[in-house]
Amino acid sequence: MVGMALPQLAPAEVPQVEEAPFDDRPWVTVVWDDPVNLMSYVTWVFQKLFGYSHEEAEKLMLDVHTKGRATVSTGAREKMEMDAAKLHHYGLWATVEKQ
Amino acid sequence: MFRRNGKGVVASFGPDEVKVLRKVASEIVALMTDGFDHTDPVVERLFPDVYPDLPEDAAEFRLYTESDLKSGKIDQAGAILAKLPDEGPGDVRLDGEEAECWLRAINDARLAMGTRLELTGDTDVSDELDDAVLHDPTSSRVFQLSVYAYLGYLQESLLNAMISVDHR
Repeated sequence: MVGMALPQLAPAEVPQVEEAPFDDRPWVTVVWDDPVNLMSYVTWVFQKLFGYSHEEAEKLMLDVHTKGRATVSTGAREKMEMDAAKLHHYGLWATVEKQ
Repeated sequence: MFRRNGKGVVASFGPDEVKVLRKVASEIVALMTDGFDHTDPVVERLFPDVYPDLPEDAAEFRLYTESDLKSGKIDQAGAILAKLPDEGPGDVRLDGEEAECWLRAINDARLAMGTRLELTGDTDVSDELDDAVLHDPTSSRVFQLSVYAYLGYLQESLLNAMISVDHR
């Protein structure tokens, strides 16, 4: 679309160009609840892939189960993609997003 | 059902169990090869979209990871076929690595069946099975649900046996 420039009657206000703030929110890997995966299996996968203690892994599993989702790892985007790929290998439903 | 056996695990399978396990493992292999179709809900579940809101990024991720994931699933289903006797009854002994393959393969089979059976978080499999039996005890849903329930017990027993090996 081409527009005619209106005659400027007043000095154009110089728009304050704000630098987009550097988005330093980390990326996260999220595991979602599903009706098939066994609770014991999900806990075991979290321990195995992320080195969580049994208690930590079980708490995350319960978050997945009761809240529908849980963040299982946080960091660089590439690392989160690798984590999601590993989780898919174990049949867990994992996605990656900005925190 | 599996139990600990020294550094590994062991299970004794009857003829029907061998037949069922061979069938479900072969079905996974078929689904990953000739039957591979992204619009199949089972494939969607086994190969989830890593970026549900960013289709281009999700496609790129798929491009780099899908073939590995697919061959992993074929290999682990293959591990079931390789260790099972042709016909039961028979014993299956697995070392740590084989047990992991079996664990993931049984999980894939359960995910596939659970998706086909349209199970939800509220589904109680034994109630569902009772309903299906009342409706028609010879239906394929009764068979599928029984196999699904059986695989759940088998997976749990395998996992427990593996954990007891680790805690030895």
